[in-house]
Amino acid sequence: MPFVLRSALLTMLLSSVSLQAAELLNASYDVTREFYKDFNPAFTQYWKDKTGETVTINQSHGGSSKQARAVIDGLEADVITMNRSADIDVLAQKAKLIPANWQTRLPNNSVPSASPTVFLVRKGNPKHIKDWDDLVRPGVAVVIPNPKTSGNGKYSYLGAWGYVTQKGGDATKARQFVTELFKHVSVLDTGGRGATTTFAQREIGDVLLTFENEVHLIQQEFGDDKYEAVYPSLTVLAENPVAWVDKVVDKKGTRKLAQAYLEYHFSAQGQAIAAKHYLRPQVTDAGQPAFKKVNTFTVKQAFGSWSDAEQTHFSDGGIFDQIYLK
Amino acid sequence: MHQTQFQQYHGKVALKRATSEPPWVRRLLLALAFAFLGLFLLLPLAAVFSEALRKGWDVYLAAITESDAVSAMQLTLIAALIAVPLNLVFGVAAAWAIAKFEFKGKSFLITLIDLPFAVSPVIAGLIFVLIFGLQGWFGEWLIDHDIKVVFAVPGIVLATIFVTFPFVARELIPLMQAQGKEEEEAALVLGASGWKMLWHVTLPNVKWGLIYGVILTNARAMGEFGAVSVVSGHIRGLTNTMPLHVEILYNEYNYAAAFAVASLLTLLALVTLILKTYVEWQASQSAADNEQEVTV
Repeated sequence: MPFVLRSALLTMLLSSVSLQAAELLNASYDVTREFYKDFNPAFTQYWKDKTGETVTINQSHGGSSKQARAVIDGLEADVITMNRSADIDVLAQKAKLIPANWQTRLPNNSVPSASPTVFLVRKGNPKHIKDWDDLVRPGVAVVIPNPKTSGNGKYSYLGAWGYVTQKGGDATKARQFVTELFKHVSVLDTGGRGATTTFAQREIGDVLLTFENEVHLIQQEFGDDKYEAVYPSLTVLAENPVAWVDKVVDKKGTRKLAQAYLEYHFSAQGQAIAAKHYLRPQVTDAGQPAFKKVNTFTVKQAFGSWSDAEQTHFSDGGIFDQIYLK
Repeated sequence: MHQTQFQQYHGKVALKRATSEPPWVRRLLLALAFAFLGLFLLLPLAAVFSEALRKGWDVYLAAITESDAVSAMQLTLIAALIAVPLNLVFGVAAAWAIAKFEFKGKSFLITLIDLPFAVSPVIAGLIFVLIFGLQGWFGEWLIDHDIKVVFAVPGIVLATIFVTFPFVARELIPLMQAQGKEEEEAALVLGASGWKMLWHVTLPNVKWGLIYGVILTNARAMGEFGAVSVVSGHIRGLTNTMPLHVEILYNEYNYAAAFAVASLLTLLALVTLILKTYVEWQASQSAADNEQEVTV
């Protein structure tokens, strides 16, 4: 017991010492751990070469909305890296932690990388799924995480809606299609990772809707030979925005470091690391040849803005509630 | 008394029929009980260890010696090391007050002690966020004074104390009430000081109940997920406890590592069960000894 106590005290001491050195906390969503495991050491090295300063980057991962909530409630994250701008907007709307125009502070609307929503089917594509229309054929079971709680699920939903409207269909048609689609969803997991487990481990459903980078992770983890990715003719592009949290960096005195950290996402090296993790780089063409060409639309293009989409479709009593609860 | 009754019935009624069912019923019941145990207890237990070791000992050892895992274990130990002694002191004090004295608001105090049992752990966590969070009652003040409570170690310790609050007191209250206060009164009459009475009369009397309460408190403190998850902030290597670390590894498809850390928690549960059985056995022994002393 004394040993445990001593080592416990030691860690507390050490962690308080390392607080004196430059330290950043990055609050991110669930599936970026592998990316930041590569990215953080690269940035640390770059920063050391440039300034001689040693920095420590701590990571916090969780469901994206939960992470945003934690930052609002006082999780002292210097930077927040999400998969929807709406999860960063709330920091401005609910707590005034960042200015409302945060997206204009970095290149490409503060979006260094993105990933389209694609389909993952079982080997050989036994149900012959090629495009969105095939998802609503009789006998096809679809796995999508809950759009109320999961960013991944929101993108799948908006992808289906936008597929109809971007091809000239009106809102009534889109609503019919999405209603039909969710009739084919038997399990609504709360998050993207839960949906993957349902599809891959419990072998439920014929097709999983998820991000392209997640598809590659699944193939790595569960075996290349078990699944195939299917690229629909038109799909939604999930943009991964980043922002520094002004209130936190000003208090901790880490503004310069936080900004450099985020800017590094847009550098050639940062973009190459993103490409390595199958996140499509947005400001350089690093690794582009490896990516399949795909026609995409952004949420902004199809729905005006994330806040509008959120309000119309996912708020309490919104369209998703109306079609799914019925 | 029992002896004579037994003798009376013996011979009049066939004992076999009176006390036991036909062999096939007995076997069926036994088989059912074992099947149930096997299905709901042993199978998951075996699954944890087989999943943990599926990729071999090297992966297992790597998973439990990895730096994030080690710091999760340390944090779990720190939380338990603070929560258990505090709740031990509180539990004894509360049980003492409730069992030995009459006062107004006693039943209210008992209800309050039970509160953490009644409240969902997630709500417990949210309470602390509401009080100490940035948007909470003391948020601004804490920020101004640079004190971190939620999303830091203090918040995790607070949440752990909250959920483990009732165990010691709940264990001691019925025991102390059953024992009454005659022995304490005797000690006082014979001139013992308050402390002396506590050390030499009260605590020895409730020793086994106390240890039992501490074991339960410790098990819950180390295993708590819900409340801690809300206040943790999930910062790797800093505010992740073991149960949180298991969830994160699982969500990262790192099943072998997730089950490796889970197997440590399972081992803790097994040790707890063994200790608990030992304590119960000791308690019944000492109760039997006491009875013998009385009859002699």
